[in-house]
Amino acid sequence: MKRAFPILAILTAILLSYGLYQALVIAPTEQTMGDVQRIFYYHVPSAWTAGVLFFINFVASIVYLARRNSNVDALALAAAEVGVVFCTIVLVTGPIWARPVWGIWWTWDMRLTLTLVLWLIYVSYLMLRRFSTSGQTPVIAAVLAIFGTLDMPLVYFSIWFFRTQHPQPVMGGGGSIDPRMLHAFLVNLIAFTCFGLLVCWSRYRLEVLRREVEEQQALESLLELRSPR
Amino acid sequence: MTYLYAAYIATWVIHIAYLTSLLRRYSRLRNEINELREKH
Repeated sequence: MKRAFPILAILTAILLSYGLYQALVIAPTEQTMGDVQRIFYYHVPSAWTAGVLFFINFVASIVYLARRNSNVDALALAAAEVGVVFCTIVLVTGPIWARPVWGIWWTWDMRLTLTLVLWLIYVSYLMLRRFSTSGQTPVIAAVLAIFGTLDMPLVYFSIWFFRTQHPQPVMGGGGSIDPRMLHAFLVNLIAFTCFGLLVCWSRYRLEVLRREVEEQQALESLLELRSPR
Repeated sequence: MTYLYAAYIATWVIHIAYLTSLLRRYSRLRNEINELREKH
């Protein structure tokens, strides 16, 4: 994986550049919203990638509770952190898109509110990991992550369950899409997923290394205490 | 177009800021590893 990483990073960069070109140049301009609709090519793939990363966090948290493996816990932390970054992008690009289309930056409708709640749950997860000194922190964090994941299907299905300002999904919602728009969307979806997984992998490696260094430093301190002066 | 550019720029500013923070954390860790090696 160490050797493959630079190759994967270059491939992802090419894919992201191609996605940007597709979104800004090739995809046709939407008739009702105009150019601002192109935010869709970044907003939706970011939401999808955040969902994938929170799902990895969910699976890793369950595995951690079952096996108490430190590396799995590191993966859960990495996935949550990178997931929060992508979820932040969703919460930033959404209002920027809403302002010219709806005339407002924000409305407390179900989809938007539940997405904000999801973001807050994972931010509190990261704060718990950062500031708690208890030995039980990974266990408490894993339980919080499992409960946090319950919000994900609510976010997704909220547009069917409730009357919301947020539009129905283009795919699976009964709408149709221009093939060039679909192509641009799928390229960006794949590019953002690869980018998210690659950053998550880097964060995971960093976390594993950090834990090894901390262990070594603790060992050094113990040896210094025990050695005769 | 202003809103479109704002959204795209915001996306990459957030990503670059996070990647920079990862690089900083990595270099700090490298220094700690070097310090541990020097002790031996």
